[in-house]
Amino acid sequence: MGAYLVRRLALMVLTLFGMSVVIFVLLRIVPGNIADILFDSAGMVDPAEKARIVAELGLDQPIAAQYLKWIGGLFQGDLGYSYLSEKPTIEEIAPRIPITAKLALLALIFSTVIGVPLGVISAVRQNSGLDYVIRVLSLSGLSLPSFWLGLLILMAAVRYFGDIPIYTRTPASLWDELLLYSLPAAAVGFRSSALVMRLTRSSMLEVLRQDYIRTARSKGASAAAVNFNHGLRNAVLPVITIIGIEAAFLLGGLIVTETVFNIPGVARFLVEAIRWRDYPIVQNLVMFIALVVVVVNLIVDLLYSALDPRIRYAD
Amino acid sequence: MSSRLASIGAMLTAVALAAAAPALAQKSGGVLHVTHRDNPPSASIHEEATISTVMPFMSLYNNLVVFDPKTKQNSLDAIVPELATAWKWSEDGTQLTFTLRDGVKWHDGKPFTSADVKCTWDRIIGATEARFRKNPRKPWYFNLKEVTTNGDREVTFRLGRPQPSLLAMLAGAFSPVYPCHVPAAQMRTKPIGTGPFKFVEFKQNESMKVVRNPDYWKPGRPYLDAIEFTIIANRSTALLAFIAGKFDLTFTGEVTTPLLKDIKSQAPQAVCEMQPTNTQANLLVNRDKPPFDDARVRRAMGLAIDRKAFVDIVAEGNGDIGGAMLPPPQGIWGMPPDVLATVAGYAPDVEKSREEGRKIMAALGYGPDKPLKIKVSTRNIAAYRDPAVILIDHLKQVYIEGELEPLDTPVWYARMARKDYSVGMNVQGIGIDDPDVVFYETFSCGSERNYTNYCNPELEKLFDQQSVMTDQAKRRALVWEIDKRLQEDGARPVIFHGRAATCWQPAVKGINLAVNTIYNHWRFEDVWLDK
Repeated sequence: MGAYLVRRLALMVLTLFGMSVVIFVLLRIVPGNIADILFDSAGMVDPAEKARIVAELGLDQPIAAQYLKWIGGLFQGDLGYSYLSEKPTIEEIAPRIPITAKLALLALIFSTVIGVPLGVISAVRQNSGLDYVIRVLSLSGLSLPSFWLGLLILMAAVRYFGDIPIYTRTPASLWDELLLYSLPAAAVGFRSSALVMRLTRSSMLEVLRQDYIRTARSKGASAAAVNFNHGLRNAVLPVITIIGIEAAFLLGGLIVTETVFNIPGVARFLVEAIRWRDYPIVQNLVMFIALVVVVVNLIVDLLYSALDPRIRYAD
Repeated sequence: MSSRLASIGAMLTAVALAAAAPALAQKSGGVLHVTHRDNPPSASIHEEATISTVMPFMSLYNNLVVFDPKTKQNSLDAIVPELATAWKWSEDGTQLTFTLRDGVKWHDGKPFTSADVKCTWDRIIGATEARFRKNPRKPWYFNLKEVTTNGDREVTFRLGRPQPSLLAMLAGAFSPVYPCHVPAAQMRTKPIGTGPFKFVEFKQNESMKVVRNPDYWKPGRPYLDAIEFTIIANRSTALLAFIAGKFDLTFTGEVTTPLLKDIKSQAPQAVCEMQPTNTQANLLVNRDKPPFDDARVRRAMGLAIDRKAFVDIVAEGNGDIGGAMLPPPQGIWGMPPDVLATVAGYAPDVEKSREEGRKIMAALGYGPDKPLKIKVSTRNIAAYRDPAVILIDHLKQVYIEGELEPLDTPVWYARMARKDYSVGMNVQGIGIDDPDVVFYETFSCGSERNYTNYCNPELEKLFDQQSVMTDQAKRRALVWEIDKRLQEDGARPVIFHGRAATCWQPAVKGINLAVNTIYNHWRFEDVWLDK
């Protein structure tokens, strides 16, 4: 196990290094830079002034030199300055991460709490009326775009409650925060719950046909014990995988929800930073998201062995 | 047009009635909550040309003079003092001397003096080492040779030749006085001014907040304790939040015709004013690139455009047809309908114009079987893309087959800078309804914002001629003549002038939007909340 962990950690470092190169190069391949966009906002074209900004920001340096400067800074904890706000990048990114993390966590809880039980029920009651209702529900979750669902929620809130649950100022308490994020989390979690529900259902159906389930039933175990202790426990591995993938996706994939509910998280911020070609923000934020993805993947892999004693990683 | 005139009439009557009615006692206090459409590039008005910066930050500053906030139309005849208490032109019209107000302090407590005025315009004209990162106002002040001080309370603007419009430029939102002791970089992030409100914070992509300046030089102002601008990038969310009463005021010009219908049906109590934004959609034709170097091709393109169709489709009828200057009655300098009808391509009989266009193109060897194939480049945002699509359809009428080339913003500006386009669809905002601003910035030889490289020495002389005129009626006649020639020359054919609405809750008092600008009425010092 120890050697496996070391190997995985080494691979993580390699993956992150590869990611850093890809992010850095891709950003520079995209046409235009911050100077072009700054001049757009000023509605003017002045090559001399533009060249001055480019030089000031070091964008006229060879790409390798720019990369080494960034990586060198990363190792020293210096993420550079945002081109746009002219503030340290860390000051811009740090307050936004908890916002998106909380929203993603709530969405994940929503999708798991709704998706897993409904998936189990749907499998246990296969081809019943309830199964059909749940399957239609899951299909709608996959089909309805979250921005549309979000807008519907907002319109309904305005029409029937005369209020709108969007982020306009920092919530005063944890409870306020929970209330504020619950609807956007539900909007985005609805889609994830549909995924989880469908996967749980199919995985459960497969497990419920196994011999050991028949054995458990024949020795007189209760339906709940069969379904949950024997069925779900064995069916949950692929569900864990999809929850892990969703967790990683949600951190960067909440752009639409954050936009519709006006939540100042990292996803919307990242898209804005890309639009402005604010390289320090984009590079560091994407690296952070990449780090989260690889760590979540590692945790999921380790969870496998915790959940299923048959799985052991060889040293 | 008659319905438009009627609505303007009704609006002016309402203003007159409001003025005649017993004045409500203004109440102090409260926080004004305003929606904001996007992240401003910076807080430094001198470095930007966008309303995204002006609306939240104009209240931090003062100008030397300002367009009278009580009038509905920005004009040279309606300018009132601000940091200057009086001004006087020299006899030859080349020197404008301001007497400055006593006892004015910057938000950091330092005194405001004539050195600050000199400093600000020295940076703009490049007369000092300290410079702005971007300097979009430079073309406005091409005629400003020097700013001199006489003690702490007097400052003189010295011009190369007479230019009465200088006063209008100084009265606009884009001409605040900056503090000498604060570097340009700080003005982008933590600005300091003398205005009615002080800067508190600017959270990127989130919000901006300003609070009352207790030491404001104007007694009893401002009324509000603070103003909070919340950036809501999604327009639907922003308007729903306004309808729900979460905000007191929408971002200016953000309410389009269909959205206005929504607001009126869901929040009928809201006060909304639909007015010209002094923003125009115009056609860029690269006159250096064959076959557009041939004036006949450019003329045929102009003849193909059905401007009314643009207004009907893009703006649901809420737009105005005109030349480079905003059309009357809201615009001061635009060609009246009878003059406009004489401009080639503006005749009401569009089919007849197109027939003429087809003849021109046929004479050049083009026809239905042999169309001229072009790319129509534009920014890949709806305000640009939608008219570009209609343009392509219109150009087909004169045997020009266009293909839409939507470009990301940075690519669009880079391509324009290199003049690497054939035909482009552009949208342009006008800071001040004044011919000097429009002509020199957009059509003058060598101007940075002259994207088409149009250069006509003969018209250049006329630009100067109108610029020195003090008789406004004569100047207006000459401006019409210039505008007509610019349109017929295909310098940058104007398709239409846009309109949009701004809405506020009935408890918000003291907002007075001028009809020929979206920029110049956001000092917020007279705004109060009747709550």
